[in-house]
Amino acid sequence: MAKLEVHYTINGRKHEAYIEPNLTLLDVVRDDLRLTGSKEGCGTGDCGACTMIVDGKLVTACLMLAPQADGAEITTIEGVAENGTLHPVQQAFLDKGAVQCGFCIPGMILAGKVLLDQNPKPNDYEIREAIAGNLCRCTGYTKIVEAIAAAAEA
Amino acid sequence: MHRFEYYAPASLDEAVALLKEHGDGVKLLAGGTDLLVQMKEAGLHPPAVVSLHAVPGLDGIEFDEASGLRIGARVDVASIESNDVTEQRYTALAEGAGIVGSIQTRNMATIGGNIANAAPSADTAPPLAVFDAVAEIIGAGGQREVPVIELFDGPGSTILTTDEVITGFKLPTPPANTGSVYQRHTPRKIMDIAAVSVGIRLSLDNGKIGEARVCLGAVAPTIIRASDAEEALTGQAPTDALFAKAAELAQAASSPISDVRGSAEFRRHLVGVMTKRCLDIALERAQD
Repeated sequence: MAKLEVHYTINGRKHEAYIEPNLTLLDVVRDDLRLTGSKEGCGTGDCGACTMIVDGKLVTACLMLAPQADGAEITTIEGVAENGTLHPVQQAFLDKGAVQCGFCIPGMILAGKVLLDQNPKPNDYEIREAIAGNLCRCTGYTKIVEAIAAAAEA
Repeated sequence: MHRFEYYAPASLDEAVALLKEHGDGVKLLAGGTDLLVQMKEAGLHPPAVVSLHAVPGLDGIEFDEASGLRIGARVDVASIESNDVTEQRYTALAEGAGIVGSIQTRNMATIGGNIANAAPSADTAPPLAVFDAVAEIIGAGGQREVPVIELFDGPGSTILTTDEVITGFKLPTPPANTGSVYQRHTPRKIMDIAAVSVGIRLSLDNGKIGEARVCLGAVAPTIIRASDAEEALTGQAPTDALFAKAAELAQAASSPISDVRGSAEFRRHLVGVMTKRCLDIALERAQD
């Protein structure tokens, strides 16, 4: 099986990797490119811990074959803060105490960011719907929803 | 995932040639939300994977009054959910697309993949069927068109040969005064698959039901049209009694199994309740 060359622009920086095609985008970003903010929870697209923004769309990177994302513009949790200033959603998670074990939080924050990019003043139901693909096994949803609502007010 | 040969053909001809060359076992990759789960968890280990992501001509949602709607097979279901034409004219399809998985799933999953995966619970299948959708297919033997309702021959199984690719779907323009709806019952609200699903289209003609489509998902080895219910509805004035009768006929058409999402008895009961409820909604929308 021949290795493939893939090119990604991740958080504004160009990366390339030589990969076996049976890897997912998540595998390559974590293991080859060493950006370990995105997590692998279930590995089957249910939990959302691997959530990334690929070409503007929220995806579960554990279900995206690495070569399929060749050429893509990708945002991971490492690219959400700008010039050392946390994104409003990140700041609100801290302020509201929305982080428990932390494993789901990168995905939650990206889902919250995409929601607010598209719908700056979401209601409670819209927030819950937006994070329906992100599971928190600490079950800390109340604070997470409050944090996204607070970020919308910020 | 086990190792496999990976191909990203740049044309449909090339894709078909690769499928023919590799024969049984080769898998087509579009959005990957079903295929990768099967390769990771369900023991599916294809020797070769042919990705469609670089093949031109599989995108786009186009509508005109004369020829109807054409949806490319690689269109993601999120784009179908949020499209003005599907929302207004093919409402059941927008509703089906809008409840597939999560936002992340809908951004990746394609309509062609949802159909080719052939789950009896596929949320875009009953909506396509109630609009008499036809799948455009290309293979080594040339092109053909097959009504979506005739594509499936069992759970996870279609009549497509190994060298065939679905390239798109054509949906005729619905008659005036049409209302449609798709609903499903799931044990959980979101991130689940249907225990029962119902797609309905009613097209009214001078106050009577000119055309009726009742399609059930997850209550038989494939999606099914409840033809007796459709016949009972056609040509009649819509009444509660008529809808109750149609719901009974839909129940009779179903042959559900018992599994983790519900017993056969529960599912048959739901077919009646949901068919009646969806007929009411479709009628209201048709009268709007």
